[in-house]
Amino acid sequence: MARNVTSTDGVPLRIYESGVPGAPTVVCLHGYPDDHTVWDGVAAELAARYHLVCYDTRGAGESGVPGHRQAYRLGQLAEDLTMVIDAVSPERPVHLLAHDWGSIQAWHALSGPWLGDRVRSFTSISGPCLDHASHWLRARLRRPTPRALRELITQLVSSWYIGLFQLPLLPELLWRARLAQRVLAAAHGARSPAVADAIHGLQLYRANMLGHLANPSPGTIDVPVQVLVPTRDPFVSRSLQTDITRWVPNLAIRELPGDHWLPRSHPHTVARCVSELIDNAEGGPEARTLRRARATGRQPRRFADTLVVITGAGSGIGRATALEFAEQGAEVVVTDIEAQTAERTAQLASVLGPPASAYPVDVSDGGAVEKFGRVLLEKHGIPDIVINNAGIGMAGPFFDTTVADWERIIDVNLWGVIHGCRVLGGLLVAGGAGGTIVNIASAAAYLPTRALPAYTTTKAAVLALSQCLRGELAEAGVGVVAICPGFVDTNIVSTTRFVGLDAAEERTVRRRVSEQYHRRSFPPRRAAQEILRAVARNTAIAPITVEAKAGLLASRLTPGLLRALARANPTFR
Amino acid sequence: MVGKAVTDPADLAKFREVQQLAYAAAQSVAQTLEPGVTEKQAARRIREYLLDRGVQDWFHTPFAWFGDRTAFRGFRTPLQFFPTHRRLAEGMAFILDCAPVRQGYVADIGYAGCLGTNQICEQLRDDLREYRTLIVTRVNERVPLRQIYRDVDALIARQGYDNRHRVYPGRVIAHQLSKVHSRLPKLVAAGFGLRSVQTLVGDLIVERMHHRSPLWADGELSNHPATPGLWAVEPHIAFRDVGVKFEEILVVTTTGAAYWLDDDLPHVRRWQRRVAA
Repeated sequence: MARNVTSTDGVPLRIYESGVPGAPTVVCLHGYPDDHTVWDGVAAELAARYHLVCYDTRGAGESGVPGHRQAYRLGQLAEDLTMVIDAVSPERPVHLLAHDWGSIQAWHALSGPWLGDRVRSFTSISGPCLDHASHWLRARLRRPTPRALRELITQLVSSWYIGLFQLPLLPELLWRARLAQRVLAAAHGARSPAVADAIHGLQLYRANMLGHLANPSPGTIDVPVQVLVPTRDPFVSRSLQTDITRWVPNLAIRELPGDHWLPRSHPHTVARCVSELIDNAEGGPEARTLRRARATGRQPRRFADTLVVITGAGSGIGRATALEFAEQGAEVVVTDIEAQTAERTAQLASVLGPPASAYPVDVSDGGAVEKFGRVLLEKHGIPDIVINNAGIGMAGPFFDTTVADWERIIDVNLWGVIHGCRVLGGLLVAGGAGGTIVNIASAAAYLPTRALPAYTTTKAAVLALSQCLRGELAEAGVGVVAICPGFVDTNIVSTTRFVGLDAAEERTVRRRVSEQYHRRSFPPRRAAQEILRAVARNTAIAPITVEAKAGLLASRLTPGLLRALARANPTFR
Repeated sequence: MVGKAVTDPADLAKFREVQQLAYAAAQSVAQTLEPGVTEKQAARRIREYLLDRGVQDWFHTPFAWFGDRTAFRGFRTPLQFFPTHRRLAEGMAFILDCAPVRQGYVADIGYAGCLGTNQICEQLRDDLREYRTLIVTRVNERVPLRQIYRDVDALIARQGYDNRHRVYPGRVIAHQLSKVHSRLPKLVAAGFGLRSVQTLVGDLIVERMHHRSPLWADGELSNHPATPGLWAVEPHIAFRDVGVKFEEILVVTTTGAAYWLDDDLPHVRRWQRRVAA
């Protein structure tokens, strides 16, 4: 539903309302060169729960075009916003959502005398407060440390167009000649604007930039604010938007994988972040992700307010990793084929960190993993880190390995990881806030041996899958880490099938190999600590033990030697 | 003179008395522990408590371990078992361990606790309960001691903990106790009472001739069902930097039946309270 609101200087503003009447009102401000349609995707999602109001700012879309530059001053734009709020929600405070120049307007309106207590929360995307920006520039010029200079130069290079827009006529020509559109097309999610809008909007830069940068007057903003920072924004750097805690005490900062036009490219993620802030500002509980975003300063616990899911966490590396994450503040959800062992891990994790949960899941069963994924999403939310750890061992000659043996190990070791990446990793990717998928492969993945043909095959596949997925998910900001442990003192041997041996022989061999693992005595906890480090650094392939590291090096330097060693025949007897 | 297997009811009553006394010492000293107290001071308090109540000699002098020393982290030499100047702080775990001798009757006990609250310590102390049941059940089934040791290891792994009794000299989870009869002077050397050690060494020699050991570990020498007599059993488990243990006397009769000498002990009462709650 569209209607016009007349601003204080008589310029008509076109507003578009949708959603639930009576629900909290969200007022959305678009940037330059855009109109209200930049919010189409986000509004469609938010309209299910809120009263949505988008409007074309003056000079854009269906709103009026004032004849002189002064009419584009931020003070006037703040009055426009006030008029819109008065028209759409005269009684109740509203929530602001703004992008680019819309953010600049909203920041200005919030730090001045216009809005008072008319606003309950503000989500800003890729638009700094000009007064903060001026302070930001001056602070870096005053103390030009190498880091400050780097930030300064990066931002100035990104802001080249601002200088260009101050020139007369040339920017207009560039838009009319459709050259500016070509530059814009390089940015993901940008839409070619109406030429008239683009030309009128130039007045925003000419009327405001120099004046505000020269005479900043920042005020304190008390409403809850969250800044969504796209990681690949070519125009606005992170620190320009976020180095503002002294004026914005109630601040949450979220870095989201994406480009400058986040509302167009990731409407679902933007909508989720906005509703989390609104719900909290309206008195609801604080979402875990929002709590993490609000954290100011350094965290005492590295993975505080992070949701970590680990399969096969009833023992060994899986359990140790769950405990290590819990100790670093993460909420862990553990699964294992044996319910009891998973529950025990969750119990220990709860002693070290936030309450943990356990679910019995057979990772080789795609349906079961999907069912678990739905429960996970409903009860715990979107995971930040997914660790596909569940796996079994199998040793013995190729021709003694039956088809059933092959099916079993491929089901667990490969399908288990595929289902984990597909379903649990899928949740993480769909969440749009980045994250990490960790697949536990093995040093066997690059160390061929006649002793472990089936196991090695599955683990090599896991390593290959991890690297392909890493390539695919890089643009989604999701890291994929392959862990290659080597000999870690776990109970893997006790669940390893030794093909070609009868039950009694298998028992003896199992005990002997188990003792060898025990003598190597590399504790699972150290492996877990390495896994945390690999997650923090987003390492592509992380070998854990010395032999795993040496093996990886040898597989690159002297693959022929490794092939020769693969002929060695440990009989296990 | 070598100690003989104790099965006489009058003797058992005396052993129970000494064990009660030792636990009373540990418990009452535990209540006096304040932030800043050192291991040496705590050990001295136990010692004084027991000397005041008629203890004449030691199987070993009192030990006190604070903080990550309860889990024996970084222990390389037996000297590290002795009390240090480590100070107790709020939330820190501790273990008090003493082995007094009175009128020839010996007890060897271990008492784990923490100053204030320590979630890990509480969880560990709750989980010790299963070990007490497991050990007496398996000894009753005449299972070789080495196998029971491995069962205990399996339980430790299932619970997600570390075996810390393997840090004790000889990796022992238990050792035999018998009455101390000796004409040697009451000397304490390297923390161990000369007379008690004499008794233990005598046992070692005799048992060795039978290809057995008065020390219960996971080696070939423990590959036999429990021999009759008294065993001081001390499962010691740890999680992260917290270790807990209990140590008390298990009676093995001449028919091989086993039972705990006394159920009226602080850790057992704690579990009963937890079940009741």
